[in-house]
Amino acid sequence: MFTHNPFAALGDLLPPVVMQVYIVIMIVLVAAGTVFDIVHKGSARYFLNNWRKTKSKHVDGGELVSIAVKTAVVDVLASGEFCNARRRIAHLLTMYGFLLYVISTAVMVFSYSTASIWPQLWWLGGLMILVGGYWFWFFIRADVAAEGNSPFRVMHADLFILSLLGSVTLGLIWAFLQTSASSGASAFFGLYVIATTLLFASVPWSKFAHMFFKPAAAFEKRVSYANGTRSNLPGPADKPEQFGSARTAPRHY
Amino acid sequence: MHIDKTHRRAYNIEPNMCWECYSCVKACPQNAIDVRGYADFAPLGHSVRVLREEAKATISWRLKFRDGREKNFVSPIRTTPWGSIKGPAEYDAPRPEDFAKQELAHEPEALKISGGLPALRPEQLKQGLV
Repeated sequence: MFTHNPFAALGDLLPPVVMQVYIVIMIVLVAAGTVFDIVHKGSARYFLNNWRKTKSKHVDGGELVSIAVKTAVVDVLASGEFCNARRRIAHLLTMYGFLLYVISTAVMVFSYSTASIWPQLWWLGGLMILVGGYWFWFFIRADVAAEGNSPFRVMHADLFILSLLGSVTLGLIWAFLQTSASSGASAFFGLYVIATTLLFASVPWSKFAHMFFKPAAAFEKRVSYANGTRSNLPGPADKPEQFGSARTAPRHY
Repeated sequence: MHIDKTHRRAYNIEPNMCWECYSCVKACPQNAIDVRGYADFAPLGHSVRVLREEAKATISWRLKFRDGREKNFVSPIRTTPWGSIKGPAEYDAPRPEDFAKQELAHEPEALKISGGLPALRPEQLKQGLV
């Protein structure tokens, strides 16, 4: 099951070019949705205005490269903005799982590779998304963990995580049924395509585009710290730590 | 603060009840909350931002006025190291008979007064006055 390319067997049902065109359409939808989101929310204007404000104090090119590397390593690759260790682990599982899942899907659809490594990475990525995603959904998110709401209370803000979990869950079920030659495989493949289309077509209304916005915001924040503007925040206090009351006994008697 | 249903971001559900104490602003680890200051110390068009440094036991304020002037303040906020005081949940729950006493929860032990709270005994009171 884990070494078998699930998309190769689709050849009987769909010509390979159909799946390839589908993937290209999804990429176009993500790009168009992100651009629409940037224009609609004014994110680029906000970012550039902040950037212009912080230009008063110069940061040289070498330092900018160093900041870009730090942003990539700490904020992007290690999800450094999370203070809560559980949220950070769940996010890392979902993020790396998603990358493995998407890349291996594209490779298997475009090359129809029979190498066993790609299906294994596809399964590994999918399972990482499910572990991180369901852990977040049922135990970590603020609605459930802090506000005590039911994990089954769904709202607009859940569109991204639910469509992601739906797509991956249905995809893995379809692959499992297909391997066991079950009759329900085609039905699950249809549901898998619907959930995946929802995930990639809903970019303007979901938080999908955070994977592009967050690194830009983290970079801008680090630059503002480097040039001293610090988004108007005060700098670190130069006073040494001093515990105990600073009051002294009155001496006027 | 509650979670917004559309964007899953924190927002103030009762802005008319907010008295701008800045507690949430100081506590946010990402400094993500911005609150306008009272008009009596910072007229419109200002920026008031706060940085709490727990290890240094300080709180720093930076006020930028709309005419470009800037004021910075640093104040100590603790007399003991951060995290060194027992939280309420770490104490035993009050016993039923404690509710009938005059002392507040965990008094007098929490006040660190040996022998209990000082109090006047009846024989110390002047007779005939009460």
